[in-house]
Amino acid sequence: MSLDVEVLSRVQFALTIMFHYLFPPLSIGLAVLMVFMEGQYLRTGDRQYHTMTRFWTSLFAVNFAMGVATGIVMEFQFGTNWAAYARYVGDIFGSALAAEGIFAFFLESGFLAVLVFGWDRVSPRMHFVATVMVAFGSIFSAVWIVIANSWQHTPAGFVIEDGRAVINDFWAMIFNPSAMIRLAHVLLASFLVGAFFVMSVCAFYLLRKRHVEFAKRSFSIALNVGVVCSILMPVTGHVHAKVVEQYQPAKLAALEGHYTTGPADLYLFGWSDPETKRVYGPPPIPGGLSFLCHESFTAEVKGLNEFRPEDLPPLRLPFFTFHLMVVLGVAFIGLTLLAVFLRWRGTLFENRWLLRILFVFVLGPYFANQAGWVSAEVGRQPFIVYPAVDVTQRDPNGFIKMEGGLRTRDGLSNPEVVTGEYVLTSIVLFSVIYLLLFVIWFFVLNTKILHGPEEEPTPLPAPEKTTPRDIIETAALMTGHEATMTTAKQEAPDKVAGNQP
Amino acid sequence: MTCLSFRETASQDTGDDRMEPLHLFWFCLIGILLAGYAILDGFDLGVGILHLCVRKDEERRVLMNSIGPIWDGNVVWLVVFGGALFAAFPKAYAAAFSGFYLAFILVLFALIFRAVSMEFRSKQPMQWWRSTWDVSFCAASTLATFLFGVLVGNCIAGLPLGPHGDFQHAVTMSTLLRPYPSLVGLFAVSTFAMHGSIYLYLKTEGELQQRIHRWMWRTFAIFLTLYVVTSVVTLTTVPQATGKYSDYPWLSLVVLLNVLAIANIPRAIYVGAPFYAFLSSAGTIAAFTFLFGMTLYPNMIVSSLDPAWSLSVTSSASTTKTLGIMTLIAFLGMPFVLAYTVTIYWVFRGKVKVGKFSY
Repeated sequence: MSLDVEVLSRVQFALTIMFHYLFPPLSIGLAVLMVFMEGQYLRTGDRQYHTMTRFWTSLFAVNFAMGVATGIVMEFQFGTNWAAYARYVGDIFGSALAAEGIFAFFLESGFLAVLVFGWDRVSPRMHFVATVMVAFGSIFSAVWIVIANSWQHTPAGFVIEDGRAVINDFWAMIFNPSAMIRLAHVLLASFLVGAFFVMSVCAFYLLRKRHVEFAKRSFSIALNVGVVCSILMPVTGHVHAKVVEQYQPAKLAALEGHYTTGPADLYLFGWSDPETKRVYGPPPIPGGLSFLCHESFTAEVKGLNEFRPEDLPPLRLPFFTFHLMVVLGVAFIGLTLLAVFLRWRGTLFENRWLLRILFVFVLGPYFANQAGWVSAEVGRQPFIVYPAVDVTQRDPNGFIKMEGGLRTRDGLSNPEVVTGEYVLTSIVLFSVIYLLLFVIWFFVLNTKILHGPEEEPTPLPAPEKTTPRDIIETAALMTGHEATMTTAKQEAPDKVAGNQP
Repeated sequence: MTCLSFRETASQDTGDDRMEPLHLFWFCLIGILLAGYAILDGFDLGVGILHLCVRKDEERRVLMNSIGPIWDGNVVWLVVFGGALFAAFPKAYAAAFSGFYLAFILVLFALIFRAVSMEFRSKQPMQWWRSTWDVSFCAASTLATFLFGVLVGNCIAGLPLGPHGDFQHAVTMSTLLRPYPSLVGLFAVSTFAMHGSIYLYLKTEGELQQRIHRWMWRTFAIFLTLYVVTSVVTLTTVPQATGKYSDYPWLSLVVLLNVLAIANIPRAIYVGAPFYAFLSSAGTIAAFTFLFGMTLYPNMIVSSLDPAWSLSVTSSASTTKTLGIMTLIAFLGMPFVLAYTVTIYWVFRGKVKVGKFSY
């Protein structure tokens, strides 16, 4: 039996990248929240923030290790399974990868040591610097890898020499048309994972009435990040869609199941069927896609019929995953706005049904991240490096011309060397090991969450300040029934100090 | 290194391929990254190889935590080595990584298990949980080290590289584990075990340190034996290694320095200056990496089928433009990298104390 090396290699890449991508978004998102929390600690001196930073850091560390372990696989795979691709893009993709290593990985891994192990070895200020650096490092690594990936979608700044892509304009390569908007989209998505993760854990504590003060504060910080990112998300999505329309029109048509050229509708749900060339589902917004791309409900969008069948991506999967992502994105906006409204009303933390939903909804951003990437990458098929598309140029059969690029099947390693049997073996091994790792990761994280933060004793106020009058003043300043004496004091240190004799 | 002339290579290469200074620079830089990885992760891996030699939970935690804060940064050297090889010599990267498919997949599994063993081991109190991760940590470290050695051995022995820059057939397990590469694999394990034991001696104290003192002697004895055997076998059976000494007579000087560094290890242990022993073993590993690079030079991958099919430094390199850009990136980035590395080692200097933030 001969095994199709292309299919197997794609399955392996999908498996390993999707598993890897469970971890980096949470690392990026949590790191940013940790910066906020530790910053608050330095500013206010409130031990509660210190407890928060420590707890989320301990979860971050477990997650980060998984990201590193599964990330090395990705770098090796370009060579093991995609040798022809590696030769074709080494000049470009390789340099982005090397820059990622030098600028991001050393930064992350170095300061991670201080972040995780250095609590009692460096000053609080230095520790905060380490947290900030780890957050920067994780964002930098996203920057470089997204640039490299974007180049595959919208190649720029290169010429073809001896059958390989060669840089001729470095900055055009870096700022290729989809790089910056994709980066914004990916980073916001990562911040959302971090925010919903923290909200979910805190909702769990609040439902169980454990670590209540800790949970309320962490939740609130995460909600602030979550609501801002949810609202910005469709903005980046919209700009991104315009870029896709311009550079990868076949992909855009596949994402919306738009078969015939003309004004394009926008579906909220549905099922794209390439056999009948129709989308089944509730009625769409007429001309919605045209409006998103051209600010006009009647503008023409190229349909799938205009492209050669061998230039088209698979049609069902991109449509389905794209719509899953969009629906989830809408849900994030709704949920976070509702939570903000309830917080303003002061009833958020008593609202058990919303807390239950948010407890489960940590899965939302994970699914949205994976679905978004599947729609982007499957939509890029059958190319590994997308060709230049000029919708005004036609080939002799009247189809839209696509020039250059590299087909996915031409990017493989030599199938004589890396045989189907080898790839199948490694897929089986990866599946077994990743399944095992996933179970263990979940178990360890779960134990840590059930155990909860190490509550630190709040340092007592200095004895000479505890005059009877002082206590009464402090009590008078207490704003809500949850606030303790010490927090009230910290909220209004000036007023308290002002009453000192 | 700068005294290398380009003359020799010009005759070897076909057509108008000419070695440019940038090619040589990147060949050296790749070598430095590899040596940096071997020295830094070498002692991490060595600690892993020796991990099961202590039995008490407390002592195993001391061993793991001696590398706890730094192993991650050390592995990054390998990641950057991979990225730099991809960027600077894409054809060599493509040929080697696809050709050594099974070996690389096994290396990956070993590295994954090593990382997660450390991360997960002390997160649960159960005995079976900790023992499982202890065994996995030791096995993964040993396997990774052995495979690195085997890969180096295979590169020295030559590979079935065909005319189009791909291997003509896959490197099967039996080819991979031929006697010579296997010997190099064992040699690598003994080298890192010795390197790791000296590192542990520096990081521990008390009764444990006394035991590790004995480990240093034992691992050194095994290392020395395998060093002699490997050197003799290399010089007698690998013609391209011996040929290099007539091409570049000054290479003998490196060998001499290497022997002196090796001789300094027992001297330093004996007189109670373990830090010098550590520097000497680091120097030894750097010298091995250098000699490995020189054995290949001016090729990246030597074809055992036809010397003309070998991938040379020049023929496998990226364009000069890319190399130039990356040189700039390297010069911008490396000072920072060195600064972080020094800072981290400074922050975590001194003896290991297992505390509440430890593994």
